[in-house]
Amino acid sequence: MLRYVGRQLLNMAITLFAVSFLVFMLNELTPGDVARKVLGPYALQDQVDQLTRQMGLDRPVYVRYIEYMGKALTGDFGESIVYRQPVAAVMWDRLRNTLLLATVSFAVIVPVSILFGVLAGMRERSRLDRAVNVFSSVCASIPEFAMGVFLLAVFVVWLKLLPGTAPLTSSGGWPIWSQFVLPVAVVTIYDAGYLISMVRQSMVDVMRQPYIRTAILKGMTFRQVVTRHAMRNALITPFTVILLQLNYLVSGLVVVETVFAYPGFGRMMLEAALAKDIAIVEAGTLIAVGVTMFTQLAGDLGYMALDPRIRV
Amino acid sequence: MSDRDLLLPVASATSGGNDAVVAPHASALATLWHLLTGSKIAMVGAAIITFWTVAALLAPWIAPYPPNTLDPAGLIYPYPSAMHLLGVDHLGRDLLSRILWGARTVLTVAPLAVIGAAALGTLLGLFSGYRGGVIDAVIMRVGDVLLAFPKIILYLIIIARFGASALNIILVITFTAAPIVARIVRAVTLDVKNRDYVAAARMRGESPLYIMFFEILPNTRGPLIVDFFLRLGYTAVAIGVLGFLGIGLPPPDPDWGGMVKEAYGMIFVWPHMTLIPAAAISSLVIGFNFLAMGLKEAAQDG
Amino acid sequence: MANLVTDILSFQDVSIAHRTLRGAPTRIIDGVSFSIPARGAFGLVGESGCGKSTIALAAMRYLPAGMTITGGRILVDDRDLAGLDEDALRTLRGHRIAMIYQDPMSSLNPVMPVGAQLMEVPLLHGTVDTSKARARAHEMLDAVRIADPTAIMRRYPHELSGGQQQRVVIAMALMAEPALLIMDEPTTGLDVTIEAAILDLVRTLRADFGAAILFISHNLGAVARVCDSIGVLYTGRLVETGPIAPVFRAPAHPYTRGLLNALPRVDAGKTRRPLQPIEGAIAPSDRARIGCAFAPRCAHHRPNACDDRPIELQSASAASGHTARCGRLGELTVTQAPALVGNSLSEGAGDILLSVRGLSKYYHAGGLFGSRGAVVRAASDVHLDVRRGRTLAIVGESGSGKSTVAKVIAGLVPGTSGNAMFRSVDLVPLPVDKRSWDVRRAIQMVFQNPDSTLNPSHTVEYALMRPLQRLKGLSRAEARNGARRLLERVRLPSELLQRLPHQLSGGQRQRVAIARALAGDPEILIADEPVSALDVSVQAAIVNLLGELLQSSAISLVIISHDLALVRHMADWIAVMYLGRVVEYGPADLVLSAPFHPYTEALLASAPTPDPDAPPPAVVLGGTMPSPSQEITGCVFASRCPRKIGPVCDTMQPCVRRSGEHEIACHIDLMPAAGAVGADT
Repeated sequence: MLRYVGRQLLNMAITLFAVSFLVFMLNELTPGDVARKVLGPYALQDQVDQLTRQMGLDRPVYVRYIEYMGKALTGDFGESIVYRQPVAAVMWDRLRNTLLLATVSFAVIVPVSILFGVLAGMRERSRLDRAVNVFSSVCASIPEFAMGVFLLAVFVVWLKLLPGTAPLTSSGGWPIWSQFVLPVAVVTIYDAGYLISMVRQSMVDVMRQPYIRTAILKGMTFRQVVTRHAMRNALITPFTVILLQLNYLVSGLVVVETVFAYPGFGRMMLEAALAKDIAIVEAGTLIAVGVTMFTQLAGDLGYMALDPRIRV
Repeated sequence: MSDRDLLLPVASATSGGNDAVVAPHASALATLWHLLTGSKIAMVGAAIITFWTVAALLAPWIAPYPPNTLDPAGLIYPYPSAMHLLGVDHLGRDLLSRILWGARTVLTVAPLAVIGAAALGTLLGLFSGYRGGVIDAVIMRVGDVLLAFPKIILYLIIIARFGASALNIILVITFTAAPIVARIVRAVTLDVKNRDYVAAARMRGESPLYIMFFEILPNTRGPLIVDFFLRLGYTAVAIGVLGFLGIGLPPPDPDWGGMVKEAYGMIFVWPHMTLIPAAAISSLVIGFNFLAMGLKEAAQDG
Repeated sequence: MANLVTDILSFQDVSIAHRTLRGAPTRIIDGVSFSIPARGAFGLVGESGCGKSTIALAAMRYLPAGMTITGGRILVDDRDLAGLDEDALRTLRGHRIAMIYQDPMSSLNPVMPVGAQLMEVPLLHGTVDTSKARARAHEMLDAVRIADPTAIMRRYPHELSGGQQQRVVIAMALMAEPALLIMDEPTTGLDVTIEAAILDLVRTLRADFGAAILFISHNLGAVARVCDSIGVLYTGRLVETGPIAPVFRAPAHPYTRGLLNALPRVDAGKTRRPLQPIEGAIAPSDRARIGCAFAPRCAHHRPNACDDRPIELQSASAASGHTARCGRLGELTVTQAPALVGNSLSEGAGDILLSVRGLSKYYHAGGLFGSRGAVVRAASDVHLDVRRGRTLAIVGESGSGKSTVAKVIAGLVPGTSGNAMFRSVDLVPLPVDKRSWDVRRAIQMVFQNPDSTLNPSHTVEYALMRPLQRLKGLSRAEARNGARRLLERVRLPSELLQRLPHQLSGGQRQRVAIARALAGDPEILIADEPVSALDVSVQAAIVNLLGELLQSSAISLVIISHDLALVRHMADWIAVMYLGRVVEYGPADLVLSAPFHPYTEALLASAPTPDPDAPPPAVVLGGTMPSPSQEITGCVFASRCPRKIGPVCDTMQPCVRRSGEHEIACHIDLMPAAGAVGADT
């Protein structure tokens, strides 16, 4: 068990290095850009060259990569050219905001998905199943920006019940909690749509298993069969998928953050990418990939804990 | 052999067991048709997709205006009217025409990207699953690394780096989706390669290439067809998202996601300019997902 | 049928139909009546798709979606099942009737310890507390003869062997102290020796617990061993019922007779009698026939007697209550199997074509996540010969290594050591893609599973043309003709050429597979359990086909099988394998008559015979086969051997004792004349 975790952590470290190097290479293929970006289009070529030397950008890529990684390991990700402050300062702030939104959304998504997924899947092709199935499929089909626009039109433009932006300051006259309602709703509708169908499918598969028949023919009520025998089995497969939603909730929120002007991690990445703010892009990618790999490991471990058939 | 086929219709029960990999039929098209007619939800999905496909094909002829012609005069009354059936956008361009031409964009880019992903993923999955060993390990490891990237971030990095063009979008989607297709094909390959008919092919001295492409590949079509339509849906969303984030196809050519973005600032004044393209993309994706869902269900019924 | 007060379960003219989204409803069960008195044991026999399991589920009122009872009544304790409310139904399921299933592994909840699943039964009905329930579970596991019940109760289902799982399922059924046990194919998929032990257990439990039994099986031998009356089901209709003895001794319906005559018998004499297959196959349209559903396949069919009116069950012998549903019941006399036709054992030993010496196949079990697993000894030091024009049978249970030996010879996996000389080429290190075209052509294989032997995407014609083109270098046109001729050789009409595998029956698919193997005119044909997945009536035809092919060409056949009756019927030479080793080898006559290796003896005793007079098996093996990755220093069979002589069996590998051509690897000196001939490494 410990060996397995150790091996996975090692794998993660290797993948993270591979990713960081890839991203570094991708962005460093055109040196000179950075200095030009900092100095603006009217700077003389001499000035650009001088700054490039000052920043050490004329040295070979691998040297700069090693230096970069050395610093990164101590938490120094360099300076952002867009925000004009250390990357770490911007990033942790934005990451905290995103985690807040993600946590609230996750707390809504998981119980909703399990509840509806189980209810629909326990009686395959019943009316409830049909309804939930079609509804969740529609929810998962509507892109977040479209759903955002729809909800905005109804609750903000038409009913004027909620704020249309979520800058996380109360200067607009709306309390902070109300600014969360629409972003959380959009994320929940989109993601729960997907998760419900996952849980439902797993439940359907379990309900077809012979051991469910065994339980029914023992003389159990349907409720007992579902709660004692079916659910535990039905949640094994979706468990990993549910955990993997954390990735989506960290970096995939860029669309929702853009719709509602929410100062989050995703929007930071978008702005940085558009402005070719390499330092932020590199650091943000490392964080995002790191989160993915940790959730994958947690998913594997949880899977093993849930299913006695899988042991290392 | 007990009545394990109890749940199957009797006609197929007497002819023996069913193959695990979707009911096999003469050709992919015949399979598709058989499954399609077996499911209402799939029919609804197919109807929606047919609608948009026809619209996209006929756009040059049925669109009332050229899609990019600015008409500031249209902004005097931008709402749906006899002159502009769906109204105009914030620059006075006819919305109906832009929606029709936008269908053309998404229905060209998405299928090309998905076909690319399916081709590349199938190839990798076949080799990975059949050869095993080092090739398998390398292909799967590279796929893992790609999949470890949150997709949207990968799009951001690559498109910010190489620029937004139809080709770049197609390539990015191809490379990010191929590892997923490869996993599906690899899983089927691992199952099929241990079946007796593959052993029989080896017994008559067939080459590994023949076995991969003639014995295994035809049997992956069931899962691949379902995945193909699901992926078209995901890809349409991805294209929309890229457009909405402003890193999609360069303006002025109409692209539904981009149309939502451009008119978004006007939502308090002229909401229809954002709602109509948002509804268009939603309906198309619903079509793809319904089709995939229905096909999967019908495939289970055999 | 009189309504007997003492009946636990009674079906009265029950019909069940299945309705699908496409097409009209299909009749699954048609007018079935039978009843089981207290302590009675009724066997329901039939081939796949005949509706046996539907009857079992109907008795629990648990029909699959789409199936409905369209006529008749099902009574349990004289109460109509249809009239019960949910509560009464649950009490019935928990207390009066319990069910035991095929495939015990999937019938147990994989994430719940076995003990909890057992205790659930009494706890559910709230009559006992946890400690009582635990004590009772312990008691029941004891009753089904599971060693160390306390430890077993803490285990998960996947940690038990197949035999143990089935015992747990039986214990679970007994927890409810049911008046009726429904057993649906309880031994299908288990090894022969395990099957014998489970059947033995069922007999004892019946005596100890006094429950009535509805025993559903395709295996006539198993039914004969356990039941006291029987019903034969064909396309949802009972065609014959009665007490076991008269039905087996004087079967009245041609279908029952056909089933009995189609079976090879382990107790048959030494001469081969061709099996009598039932012609044709069940067609979907047979269910809709007004008259006899079996008529299209029946040799005694007369249109005026069989077709135009419904045929009722009629008494075949008033004294015993034996009835049959045959339009010509009175006219038909018991037909004797045809006299022996020249199909007797081939004379003489035959030249050695392929000689296997010291063949071993070891591999490393792939440890999870790349860790190095244990060494699995799939086959160790195997010696045997394949002789020209003769049939060699390799017999053993699952895990015995018989298929491994076949695969190494066929070149599907390379061997680890030893040699197999064929035309002075050693086949052991040579996978099939490294063999010369001559060798490849000469050794071909027929596979076990008719569902996967043909590629579902290829037509029959393609499946046959391809090997003709590859192995014989024929042109497309020649191969097309060749495919037609091959199909004729396996007695299939050429209309099937354009069919896809899913449009063929299991028997037809297996014939196509045989045709495909014959394409290159092989000298050695390896058949890995060629009929084990087929229904009895189809098996016989395939066996006869193989027999004919042997006679018409000089093919040598290697049959891999677990079925001693089949092997007795077909083989000239037999090798008995256990845990990767050949424990007995020699000409069929010698192997199948005393002296035996203790394992061969147990196998022979275990094979169920469809004969009510057969005594219960004298030897019932306990325990299970050790894992092939376990290091065994002594005799591989020692852990289960009923004739173990002492510690020597555990510490020393037995030497091979030889008498003429007959070899036995055992520490007991079983051979009449000669003694040991040198120790085996």
